[in-house]
Amino acid sequence: MIKINRERCMYCGGCVGVCPANALTLNETMLTVSEACNDCGICVKFCPVGALEV
Amino acid sequence: MEVECLVIGAGPAGSMAAKELASKGIETIVIEKRQEIGAPKRCAEGVSKHSLEKLGIKVHELGIARTIKGAVLYSPSGKKVVMEGQGMEGYVLERKVFEKYLASEAIKEGARYMVKTQATDMVRENGRWRVSIKNLDGEDEIIANLVIGADGVESKVGRWAGLKTLNRLTDYHSGIQFEMAGVNADENYIHLFFGNEVAPLGYAWIFPKAFSANVGLGILEKGAKMRAYDYLKKFIEEHEDIFKNASPIEINSGGVPVAHFTGMAADGVMLVGDAAQLVNPIHGGGIVRAMHSSIMAAEVAEQALKEKNLSKERLMEYENMWNEEYEEKTNKLLKLRSFLEKLEDKDFELLADILEGEDIFQLTQAKLSFFLKKLIKRPSLLGLATKYLRD
Repeated sequence: MIKINRERCMYCGGCVGVCPANALTLNETMLTVSEACNDCGICVKFCPVGALEV
Repeated sequence: MEVECLVIGAGPAGSMAAKELASKGIETIVIEKRQEIGAPKRCAEGVSKHSLEKLGIKVHELGIARTIKGAVLYSPSGKKVVMEGQGMEGYVLERKVFEKYLASEAIKEGARYMVKTQATDMVRENGRWRVSIKNLDGEDEIIANLVIGADGVESKVGRWAGLKTLNRLTDYHSGIQFEMAGVNADENYIHLFFGNEVAPLGYAWIFPKAFSANVGLGILEKGAKMRAYDYLKKFIEEHEDIFKNASPIEINSGGVPVAHFTGMAADGVMLVGDAAQLVNPIHGGGIVRAMHSSIMAAEVAEQALKEKNLSKERLMEYENMWNEEYEEKTNKLLKLRSFLEKLEDKDFELLADILEGEDIFQLTQAKLSFFLKKLIKRPSLLGLATKYLRD
């Protein structure tokens, strides 16, 4: 499951839109990742600030 | 709670849809998961004056941070091409104010709004949608005949309805922006910077506002050697003349869909705006397209509700309307995008030499026929012509 660095996360939700497993959800400043995450790393490649890590 | 139409998301697409639906006498509720409509923005806030006027969209004066005359484009070495004149004027908005005004207009027409209200799931039941929501009052359900998904690039509505709203990394810009004060750039223009070291497969921008400027860039991952954030820091460092006395007062980021989307409707569902990836694939602007899609969706909704037929087949008329207006143009712009993605820095220099502002405006309007003629005139441009034709 990917790791979220909360200090870096800008909670822009951009990663949610590229997650093929629909494992990411953003509500206000809270990005959550569900069990559906399969570590594909696409969100990590997208993140403009490097807040995500496989 | 039961309602005829539920709009999920209160950005420009959602509020425009709500305003249009409510003005047609359709009972409409809008839910917005954020506690404040319009903030934080994920956007450079630029919009073409001409495009807004064409759709008859009014912008409240308080929502306009700056009126601009046109754009200045910069090649990697700093050669300038100025675009100005008729059709090229625009506004840089204050999104927060602009969007709250749109919501107020929808409320004036009779729509009801709920903020800090998140949709957590949506299931089809007896020909209607049962939408689970969470807010300060706890958990609840809204049963709607029609759901408008205006929930942006994150669109959960699309996924719940089985539509293919997943963005592909190859068609999705990674965007970052500082809103800065103290920027030294001509406030009458937006400024766009090109180059593979500046913003690979995208561009960097400065959009002047009332007393600040949006300074940002968008890149495609496949061409990038580092994060969008790192490119932006580099851009600011390398333009000391512009940013020597500037500091950020806000930081934004986000994803920008730059593709062509199909499948905008399902039984009892239509997607509008970024949820349906309706962004101009060349400049990445999506506000006007979002609002236009909502006008079309509301028109189809009105008829479909009258006929009591909210089937996918019926609602796909919305996509047909959209395609009639935009498909050809979008496909041409995608071709242009694919050409631009092949350019090396020396190609940008050549283009800066041969293109006038008016030419670039024509290109952004998907009027491409003159372009090849221009390229094949000179032997030095044959390489570019080949890149253009090889698709």
